[in-house]
Amino acid sequence: MLKVENARIVFHPGTVNETEALRGISLHLAPGEFVTVIGGNGAGKSTLLNCVSGAYFLTSGKILIDGQDVTNVPEFKRAKYLGRVFQDPMMGTAGNMWIEENLALAFRRGQKRGLKWGITNEEREMFREQLAQFDLGLEGRLSTKVKLLSGGQRQALTLLMATLVKPKLLLLDEHTAALDPKTAKKVLELSEQIIERDHLTTLMVTHNMRDAIKYGNRLIMLHNGEIAVDVSGEEKKNLTVESLIEKFSEASGSDEVSDKLAL
Amino acid sequence: MLNEILGAVALGLMWTLMTYGVYISYRVLDVADLTVEGSITMGAAISAAGIVAGIPPLVTLLFSVLGGMTAGMVTGILHTTLKIPALLSSILTMIALWSVNLHIMGKANVSLLKQPTVFDALLKLHLPKNLAVICIALLFVAGAFLILYWFFGTEIGCAIRATGNNERMARAQGINTDRMKILGLVIGNGFVALAGGLIAQSQSFADIQMGTGSIVIGLASLIIGEVLFGKKTFFNSLISLCLGSITYRVIIMLVLKLGMPANDLKLFTAITVALALALPTIKAKVNAKKTAKGGVTNA
Ligand SMILES: Nc1ncnc2c1ncn2[C@@H]1O[C@H](COP(=O)(O)OP(=O)(O)O)[C@@H](O)[C@H]1O
Ligand SMILES: [Mg+2]
Repeated sequence: MLKVENARIVFHPGTVNETEALRGISLHLAPGEFVTVIGGNGAGKSTLLNCVSGAYFLTSGKILIDGQDVTNVPEFKRAKYLGRVFQDPMMGTAGNMWIEENLALAFRRGQKRGLKWGITNEEREMFREQLAQFDLGLEGRLSTKVKLLSGGQRQALTLLMATLVKPKLLLLDEHTAALDPKTAKKVLELSEQIIERDHLTTLMVTHNMRDAIKYGNRLIMLHNGEIAVDVSGEEKKNLTVESLIEKFSEASGSDEVSDKLAL
Repeated sequence: MLNEILGAVALGLMWTLMTYGVYISYRVLDVADLTVEGSITMGAAISAAGIVAGIPPLVTLLFSVLGGMTAGMVTGILHTTLKIPALLSSILTMIALWSVNLHIMGKANVSLLKQPTVFDALLKLHLPKNLAVICIALLFVAGAFLILYWFFGTEIGCAIRATGNNERMARAQGINTDRMKILGLVIGNGFVALAGGLIAQSQSFADIQMGTGSIVIGLASLIIGEVLFGKKTFFNSLISLCLGSITYRVIIMLVLKLGMPANDLKLFTAITVALALALPTIKAKVNAKKTAKGGVTNA
């Protein structure tokens, strides 16, 4: 479903700030694969997702989504394949617009927008039902401005927006990191439910090793813009935090980051 | 006095169209668009030159709108395609329009005395000038209101609003944000130029200077309207902008009557707008002090 081939990206080339954030990453995701991504600060996790989504263009390499070469396709055109939830709860929604307007925008992802009404009554009904399943009490507040919602509610809404139209690929970038532990758990469980229900191919970045082990059926660890660890299947199921740290030290030849990772 | 109030209302109604344009860039798209200073003059210049050339007054307004839209498009392309910061893009267009407008008029000032205008139909009925302008301007404002209310409820309208509110989110939802910004600037400047054309016809001349400071007048009207009459819904905002625009004109009329020299008008307006824009910051600071003090007494 996703093919990243030898992806390299260099920020500020030729300056003192030159950073090679991705150093030739290759990654293939089969349809339905749910991959958790971990790695220390600055390892390139967000950059990888941003390159897949088209927020940044690769310096070299290729990105294919469902067989389509999207390497040079602009972000807004790639959006039709993608559902995204960001780390910052403010990022994924339009705060000054209503809940239903945000959902209506997401419902039209990948379609041509014209001079028809921005939202129809049938859609309202459908949004209400979908929100009711989330059990956040939002179904009765369709015409509330999103900026009045809590961080957790906003992330849940963004998750619904990301999956309202089934995406070919779901990109979650530390989408629970800004939430309190209880809310984070709820949003994470909600994410898992939806991913399993719709068999979504998913890349989920998390800073929490336990979550990375608990969720998904494959785990990759990035280090310095490269994939240091890639485990799936039975091996993934049997991972523990200790064995993961060990694997990481082996692969990267250092154990300095292990303290940072073992939260 | 009554006639002066009517005059202020008439002016306020025509400037409502300008305020709508400013609202689209400043509030919906969240950019300060100085193009309007050039496009309001452009609207006036096109209409005046058109009337002098024998084109029916109403038709000249259509050309005014098209002119303003083109100006907005230039700013939009400078900003999006060529990646020049929005404010700078709009200043460039504004400066360029100065020359363009002089070319359109052929000189710095075109008189429309004894020329036909869109107000003639009512003037022939022996309606006082100010009432005639109020009636015609009201028609235009009503039309603009309906168009805006409809348009920003459509799929494209919603996409423009999302772009102004959260660009990254908009792109993640598949919205071509560059195109939406251009479109917003095009529409906004269309309204501004329409205001310019209408104003020129009502005052019977177009002048190269008339746009100078107009952005501040638009902002003043917008802020007065929002503060006094609310902005709960889009509907509410559109009404408030109109009332704000009229209120601004009435205030100006009153301070002039109270003896403020006309030369100080722009200073007065600028200070008003600066205060209004600073109001949230001042409020926050005052509140912060209050809570700080409250905290001490509670402790
Ligand atoms: N837009 C950018 N411009 C310059 N450098 C960037 C940019 N985005 C990320 N980087 C750099 O790339 C590296 C990887 O960052 P990132 O992908 O955000 O890491 P993380 O794994 O913590 O998400 C860091 O060194 C960061 O400073
Ligand atoms: Mg990150």
